[in-house]
Amino acid sequence: MEFGPHLMLAVLEGALQAAVLALMASGLSLVFGVMRVVNVAHGEFYMLGAVGAWGVTSFLGISPILGFAAALVVAPVLVGLLAAAVDVTVLKRLSYDPERTIVATIGLLYVLQQATLMTYGADARPVAEPFSARIALPWVEWKDGLQLFWPWGLYTTGYRLFVIAAAVAVLVGLGLVMKHTRLGLMMRATQADGEIAAAFGIPVERVYAMVFGLGAGLAALAGVLIVPITQAHYLMGGDALLMSFIVVIIGGLGSLGGTLVAAVLIGLSEGVISVFFSPTLAKILATLLVAFVLIFRPQGLFGKAAR
Amino acid sequence: MPKTPILRPEDTIHSPSRRAALRTLGAGGAAAATLPLWARYAGAQSAAPIRLGFEMHATGIGAAYGRWYERTSIAAVKAINAAGGINGREVVMVTEDDGTDPKRAAEVVEKFATQHKVDLAFGTLFSNVVMAAAPRAGELKMPYFVVSEGHHVASGKLNRWTVQPGITDVKSQVLAMAPFVAGNLGKKVTMIYPDYAFGYDHRDNFPPAMKAHGGEVIAQIAIPPTETSFTKYFAKIPRETEVIYHVLVGPAVLTFVKEMGEFFGPSRPEIFGFIDSIEAVDLNSPGLEFLEGTYFWEGNPRYAQKDQTAFDKAYRKAVGVDDNGASVADPKDVSTYAHMFGCWETLYIIKQGMEAAGYKDAGDRQKLIEAVEEIGKIPASDQHPQGDKVFNGKTHQVFGHQYVSKVAKGRLDVVHTSTIEDGMYPDEVDYTTQSF
Repeated sequence: MEFGPHLMLAVLEGALQAAVLALMASGLSLVFGVMRVVNVAHGEFYMLGAVGAWGVTSFLGISPILGFAAALVVAPVLVGLLAAAVDVTVLKRLSYDPERTIVATIGLLYVLQQATLMTYGADARPVAEPFSARIALPWVEWKDGLQLFWPWGLYTTGYRLFVIAAAVAVLVGLGLVMKHTRLGLMMRATQADGEIAAAFGIPVERVYAMVFGLGAGLAALAGVLIVPITQAHYLMGGDALLMSFIVVIIGGLGSLGGTLVAAVLIGLSEGVISVFFSPTLAKILATLLVAFVLIFRPQGLFGKAAR
Repeated sequence: MPKTPILRPEDTIHSPSRRAALRTLGAGGAAAATLPLWARYAGAQSAAPIRLGFEMHATGIGAAYGRWYERTSIAAVKAINAAGGINGREVVMVTEDDGTDPKRAAEVVEKFATQHKVDLAFGTLFSNVVMAAAPRAGELKMPYFVVSEGHHVASGKLNRWTVQPGITDVKSQVLAMAPFVAGNLGKKVTMIYPDYAFGYDHRDNFPPAMKAHGGEVIAQIAIPPTETSFTKYFAKIPRETEVIYHVLVGPAVLTFVKEMGEFFGPSRPEIFGFIDSIEAVDLNSPGLEFLEGTYFWEGNPRYAQKDQTAFDKAYRKAVGVDDNGASVADPKDVSTYAHMFGCWETLYIIKQGMEAAGYKDAGDRQKLIEAVEEIGKIPASDQHPQGDKVFNGKTHQVFGHQYVSKVAKGRLDVVHTSTIEDGMYPDEVDYTTQSF
């Protein structure tokens, strides 16, 4: 492949990755920011979203586009409710103690993963793409004047573009909710100082349950969006969790803006490096970047230093 | 339920009149089925069942294969028992999940030997798992019948206790396929294969075979087995490629093939794949339409062919597979048809070996391996429905026919069957010279 089209393909790949990563990592970051809980089970909520999408579409058995639209709503809501229930029954009882909640979410990770294995099974199951238009992309070259041509393999699909657009829309929506609504205000107040927020009459416990549910719902949404491209498998949460942690650490735990910037940075660089060199090298570099950030700027690129 | 005569085992074993009576009963299969289990095998020296450890990829990336390897093995054991077991003794299968995980596999082998006290272990598929577990089986001096396709057995990397009598190895498959690819599809080939032992068998053996037939491998692309997104790899395919040679395994195979179709769009090169890339995947899944007119290697044809043998018909029925290679119970549950016959045939080799060795207990394990080494020619039969084969006792590897199928109207039609000799190569090891 020539350099130009090759780069463009890499950027498209990276953009898709960045979009999904941003959704997932923002959920992780939100939970940590507000609740100070490091949710190790976050990847499993992503997996549950994908498995849920398979469940909803095959249960309804209607046209791919309607089934998928239903999955897009039902799966994240169910996963969100499940997570809120976990918050009330488990995390609350541990008084949100940082160390104990890590252990508890590790336990949750295994419970969810094994429960999925025992019910859904060990197979990877596909969900049909709601629409599957292959879009060939042109490239320009200089041959007796400017000419358009259609290189082999330079393509994207309508669905991929939809995933990117949907992720952007959801994240913009999340930003608006955080900034301009009463709910967002309550979350930000709880994030700033839970005790004082409680003193001012904010139902902190309910905010916690909601935030944990919302975080899980975002991961599940990412899972629903990705499943027509990659299939639902009970082990898919592991890699996704690792990448989200990388993004959140680089962006700054609890900083939503930083998370987004880091997701785009990691997603795009992973896309480009893995296309031009090797996917393994992309992972090595991302992990190396985490190490450097932890050494030289432990609060992350955009995080505020602990008070 | 009809009342069955109350017989104690010692009566049946030592009293000829009882035994004769039992034999008469045994002639009527229906009558035998109502007897208690021990009585059915009462003609044997010992009434204790023969215990075979089935190492199953129940979870992890090999789960689809594991599910079908298990169904095939259960069907074979059932058929063997219905015909009187091995040496007149009942066969019992003890299943353990290895998670398709090399580390766990070595533990499973150990558990078989020390805890379940099985006579032997069989059924491992993934080559990285075999590589990890076989040395432990060797140390425990437990026969290890793998059904893996890996060249690791015949390459001499393993030990005298490990044999592969039920399925051919990748080197043999690749040698048999190269003339077809070079002769019919094109000379410039780009290979895509998994980045571990099984893929390396393809990587190392196909280019020289292609060269011998005037072709050339112009690029080799290795994909990690846990990868979930593939476009980035396809971008490395050189423009002048005439033939794509692909082989992949794991849960993401459907995504792999689908993205390959999206990548090429309307202008694809010739495509030759190993069926592994769509094993357990419905050929008519959305997004796979572009496979029409492409070719696949098959170890055993998934779709019942026009010239289907009676052996294949009986085998399909026993395992519960329909003419499209899917489960009779659920047409969406597509089998790993090109590989799983290996379990069926391996179990019959075990039976043949044990009977030739007069196998009694774990003390006869060495005799069993020696008997299997002697097997040689294997005719096609109900026991060997994939076709006739030759077992090489020195390299512990079986050789057989390979099939090339073309995708036409959403099914796979066999267009070429290789001879056994096409897949032969000089011995690389003589295990019979190694001590037990």
